Amino acid sequence: MKKVIITVVGVDTVGIIAGISAYLARNKVNILDISQTVVGGFFNMMMVVDGSASTKTFDKLCSDLDKAGKAKGLEIRCQKSEIFEKMHRV
Amino acid sequence: MISLNDVIETNRMILEENLDVRTVTMGISLLDCADSTVAGTCSKIEKKIMRLAGNLVKTGDDVGREFGVPVVNKRISITPAAIVGSACCKRTSDFVRIAKTLDRIAHRLGVNFIGGYSAVVSKGMTAADELLIRSIPEALANTERLCSSVNVGSTRTGIDMDAVRLLGETIKKTAELTRDRDSIGCAKLVALCNAPDDNPFMAGAFHGVTEGDAVVHVGVSGPGVVHRVLANSCRGVGFEKLCETIKRTAFKITRVGQLVAQEAAARLGVPFGIIDLSLAPTPAVGDSVADILKEIGLEHPGAPGTTAALALLNDQIKKGGVMASSYVGGLSGAFIPVSEDQGMIDAVNAGALTIEKLEAMTCVCSVGLDMIAISGDTPASSISGIIADEAAIGMVNQKTTAVRVIPVVGKKVGDVVEFGGLLGYAPVMKVSTFSCENMVSRCGRIPAPIHSFKN
Repeated sequence: MKKVIITVVGVDTVGIIAGISAYLARNKVNILDISQTVVGGFFNMMMVVDGSASTKTFDKLCSDLDKAGKAKGLEIRCQKSEIFEKMHRV
Repeated sequence: MISLNDVIETNRMILEENLDVRTVTMGISLLDCADSTVAGTCSKIEKKIMRLAGNLVKTGDDVGREFGVPVVNKRISITPAAIVGSACCKRTSDFVRIAKTLDRIAHRLGVNFIGGYSAVVSKGMTAADELLIRSIPEALANTERLCSSVNVGSTRTGIDMDAVRLLGETIKKTAELTRDRDSIGCAKLVALCNAPDDNPFMAGAFHGVTEGDAVVHVGVSGPGVVHRVLANSCRGVGFEKLCETIKRTAFKITRVGQLVAQEAAARLGVPFGIIDLSLAPTPAVGDSVADILKEIGLEHPGAPGTTAALALLNDQIKKGGVMASSYVGGLSGAFIPVSEDQGMIDAVNAGALTIEKLEAMTCVCSVGLDMIAISGDTPASSISGIIADEAAIGMVNQKTTAVRVIPVVGKKVGDVVEFGGLLGYAPVMKVSTFSCENMVSRCGRIPAPIHSFKN
């Protein structure tokens, strides 16, 4: 599992980044970049992470974060980074 | 570095505007499956397809999940069955056995369509070609996932009018044999002119003899994405900005397809073939080519100006697409099916869109008259006439054209036919009641057109 983009969309609450970061740290996933904004009253965050040292599979990472997000009313998606690179770069 | 805005834009396309990879289609050559017996041929076909496409569905789903873009359909296209079965099929029932084998394989693999129950007869029919065409009604009535196509002409060869005549009768018979399901067999049967060898979209997909042993093609879609971007940023702007915007959007859509195609091909261990960057609508709200035409400035598709708007759209999609991928192929452009596009259905119901206007639109769209329900009592000769008209447009303009009409048994103009799923529903449209019987009953072929003196 190489570069993965994690996106989080939902109503802003305390501890969203902390919760995700702690999970990633536990699973040896390195955070390369974080940016966030509020669009239409919704909290939008993107993390670029490197999971090459992690023992978790991509599918497991997705389902864990999805479950954790749902519990807090957040939509968390994991996608391999190439889809964004290919679409927005000539 | 990837910007947050880029990520939000991509995910909005996927989550809100129905951007998807419409199909990952594996083309498989069955030339080496020809055997002297029908049983032997069927057995070889089954072994080869199971060996090459065993992981197709799983791979499509995996790749889609990892990139976060839906891969809606996983499909297979094969060498035209008329060629594969030519050595062993002596009766139409022999071809039907092959058809049933293919359908069984499709069910086992979990692919939703298998295309290539086809004959390429642009200049003339072999005995096997004719047998296959005659077997189509029974084959489609006894299978669920099989798609059939017949290429009746090309710019280089002219139009085989014997095949056109036979196909008109075949479509009528297919409608009759599937009358208990609103003649749905005809939704899986298409007549083509200048059919591409690498089309991943059904019902016209087959794996041409110019292709390699196995290859992965991808068809992307995204009319909703184009519509949204035009609605947001192109109201009242000039044609330069309008065209540039469509082109840029087509580029982005095609890039997604290219990525999925390369990844799927690598995992399946077969070469990547082409990207087909067609705007293929579905009956879902917001997934409509008609909506784009309306956004360009038409009250309804069918209004004066429709052909120009469609020509513009089709050309910009191609231009954006060829920039995004070096291997663009298939049909690549805007599809204008009626039953699969809510905006087109609305236009028919409003009285704005007729078959005659659709025919004009097919001169500039990527394919042809598609998914049009017509009255069940339309004579076979009139259907042949419609096919001949479309084939002539394709032949003279050096483009692919097609006819997929459904003469729904028991239905009249004004009735509504429900096909279900991706095929949607359609109002029965009026066909001219004037006869072309005497023309269609002539034997032979229409010669290839002149390639100079273009006026």
